[in-house]
Amino acid sequence: MDALVAQLQMQFRDYTISLYQQGFLDDQFTELKKLQDEGSPDFVAEVLSLFFEDCVKLIGNMARALDQTGTVDYSQVGASVHQLKGSSSSVGAKRVKGLCVTFKEYCEAKNYEGCVRCLQQVDIEYKTLKTKLQDMFNLEKQIIQAGGIVPQVDIN
Amino acid sequence: MAVGEVMRMEIPAGGDLTVTSPELHVLAVDDSIVDRKVIERLLRISACKVTTVESGTRALQYLGLDGDKGASHLKDLKVNLIVTDYSMPGLTGYDLLKKLKESSAFREIPVVIMSSENILPRIEQCLKEGAEDFLLKPVKLADVKRIKQLIMRNEAEECKTLSHSNKRKLAQDIDTTSPSSSSSSHDDSSLKDFPSSKRIKSESENLSSLL
Repeated sequence: MDALVAQLQMQFRDYTISLYQQGFLDDQFTELKKLQDEGSPDFVAEVLSLFFEDCVKLIGNMARALDQTGTVDYSQVGASVHQLKGSSSSVGAKRVKGLCVTFKEYCEAKNYEGCVRCLQQVDIEYKTLKTKLQDMFNLEKQIIQAGGIVPQVDIN
Repeated sequence: MAVGEVMRMEIPAGGDLTVTSPELHVLAVDDSIVDRKVIERLLRISACKVTTVESGTRALQYLGLDGDKGASHLKDLKVNLIVTDYSMPGLTGYDLLKKLKESSAFREIPVVIMSSENILPRIEQCLKEGAEDFLLKPVKLADVKRIKQLIMRNEAEECKTLSHSNKRKLAQDIDTTSPSSSSSSHDDSSLKDFPSSKRIKSESENLSSLL
């Protein structure tokens, strides 16, 4: 059992570090982990779940706003992008946030193609992050089920 | 330390003597459900009671400032600090701040503004309107700890003026007190001067109301 726990812990550590190194997560995700304890053991998963629901809602808004045959209301698109930028920033979803910065610029420039491209990218990006985090949470679960504790991962 | 002891003595018209617990009750206002969840946790972990609402309008309703006369519950739910997002649809955080400062019942409650944008004129405008401090999002634990210390210290200083009534000594204490340094990674060097000057201003206002 101990060998299994050690192996899982190492996998978890490597995987977590890779998510930071590849720019999926940033410092703010680390901050969220600090807020998790025995009293609130699922805090990070809960916040991220809210975030992903938010993504669905906001991306839906953006798609609808960009789908207007006739004049697109870029301020409406921009408002949803601003909200997504905010929530991605709050959870440490670094790539999503970065895309929102670019997206916001295209909105301000009223660049239709740019906006549509960003919309597609941000949709892919949040789904990718969701899958990656699911894998990470699964590793945590496996460690606990094998009788181990989830290690603190030092990113630096 | 004075703060751990009685902070406020409230004697409602009914005659009951209520001693408020030293735990701060914070009203957090943010239109983002993600940010509400995060700020709530940050505050709870910092030993605060928290109520979250999704808009400035809801905040005013909660406080009983919207004209609704159902304010009898207010004494039990006394709010010690309001933390609000700046950019919200409808009533912005700034609008909310103004309404609070215009109300005689609520102007004394410290208000902290949060924003994802580091716009100096915005920060200055909020501080001028009476905001206690300004937090750059994403908010971190260190930010909340710093705010809590600030609020607790202001409350302690208020207690001191009630017991000493020595204006000159208090002014000297404030001058030599430096704002607690934040371990937040944000560049808040532009804000370092504001909180202490704001405190000096609000302290002399408190004192003149006592005289």
